Amino acid sequence: MSYLIDIILIALGAALINNFVLHYFVGICPFVGVSRRIDMAFGMGCAVTFVITIAAFISWAITTFVLVPGAPLSRWIAGFFVPAETAAGIDLTILSYIVYILAISSSVQFVEMYVRKFYPPLYKSFGVYLPLITTNCAILFACLTIMSNIVGVDDPSAAWDLGRSLILAIFGGVGFTIAIVIMAGIREELDLCDVPEPFKGAGITMIVSGIMALAFMGFTGVDSGLKKALTAEKPSAAARIEEHPAEAIIAAQKTTMPTAEQSHP
Amino acid sequence: MADQPTATERFIQGILPENPVLRQLLGLCPALAVTANMKSALTMTGAVLFVLFCANVITSLIRNLLKPHLRIVVFTLTIATFVTIADRFLAAYLYQMSKTLGPYIPLIIVNCIIICRCEVCASKQSVFVAGADAIGQSIGFGLAISAIAAVREILGTGNFFDIPVLPAAWPDWVVMVLPPGAFLTFGLLIGLVNWYETVRAQRPVREVLEPAQSEGA
Repeated sequence: MSYLIDIILIALGAALINNFVLHYFVGICPFVGVSRRIDMAFGMGCAVTFVITIAAFISWAITTFVLVPGAPLSRWIAGFFVPAETAAGIDLTILSYIVYILAISSSVQFVEMYVRKFYPPLYKSFGVYLPLITTNCAILFACLTIMSNIVGVDDPSAAWDLGRSLILAIFGGVGFTIAIVIMAGIREELDLCDVPEPFKGAGITMIVSGIMALAFMGFTGVDSGLKKALTAEKPSAAARIEEHPAEAIIAAQKTTMPTAEQSHP
Repeated sequence: MADQPTATERFIQGILPENPVLRQLLGLCPALAVTANMKSALTMTGAVLFVLFCANVITSLIRNLLKPHLRIVVFTLTIATFVTIADRFLAAYLYQMSKTLGPYIPLIIVNCIIICRCEVCASKQSVFVAGADAIGQSIGFGLAISAIAAVREILGTGNFFDIPVLPAAWPDWVVMVLPPGAFLTFGLLIGLVNWYETVRAQRPVREVLEPAQSEGA
């Protein structure tokens, strides 16, 4: 159950609350460059989601099996050359950036060749964007987030598994698609507007994204509210009665309509 | 191809005429993400200066050995190596700052400025020109993001380099240090620079026709 809640929170966080574009500012280049028409923006969004998922899978596997201290693969290989205790402590995380960027660019290359050979219609629809997004920050950012949740945690059992990593990647891509499609829709209308000359192009795009970012800030706190609503069930209600009887009774009356109220005391 | 710009030209071009952030719209991620205050903006500039300078010099040294179809991979690996060095250095000596900048230091690898300079300048010209180009571009980058950071920090917190500059009665515009403030400030700054360029481009014509009016413009 808690795993499911975790997944839901990661998905919501990546897609809406901490949107890749509007909160972390990654993937701004295609966001500005390819947001002129809705169909192109949607194609770009799908291509990014596709690549980001593959990159997340690869980077999760590399991090877990090769890079972290005591990773199985690096320990096994090093075991041939050094004593077993030394091999168990081998820490390759310093190589992570180089390995990730190589993995991303080569996997994009392979995916492009594969798609061109076996799915020509798919290649026609978003193949042109594939090389462009090799150096998209959003891809590397997803890999780094996954890494920091595997390497950076103190408790090894709290490290992200493949499911969490893929959910982060897919919903990060979905969030990117949402943002870029909304942006394209607004820009199609903006073409008909009388924008001051110096602001045409990038200037007005940035200001519109600022307003969109303000709108997306409305999602702030949804995750904590949802977490409370999902996890704080009977045991915590009992605990509340012991501490504050009067408040708990009011809260108990409100439980028929939970969620957001609880985050606004 | 025949007449490449000299070192001085490259240096000056990087600062304003070809400013990477404001004119070429490259490297927008750090320009928006680390500009909530001046200190992180300057640290970011330092990291970019180091990586860009080293990557440019190395690329320029090996430019005759590069195979055209492998060059992007070579650039990326060179950059990734120096970014790792910069990242480890920051983590060792400026731990707090490295926590604040978080993933944006590794994201220098995919910063378009550096690949663009390796491709446009360093893979074609000598080491000296490439070095001057790197320093010029980094100064341009630093000026642009410092401008954004100054506006955001002063309006958002009333401080400049953590020193209070606005009266205590100033209602902090918290939105300026949050993500929307970055987009708004940057959009307005781009508009301002474009407006300045158009005004400057028109001025000589106006001075010939109506010298008095150019003062007012």
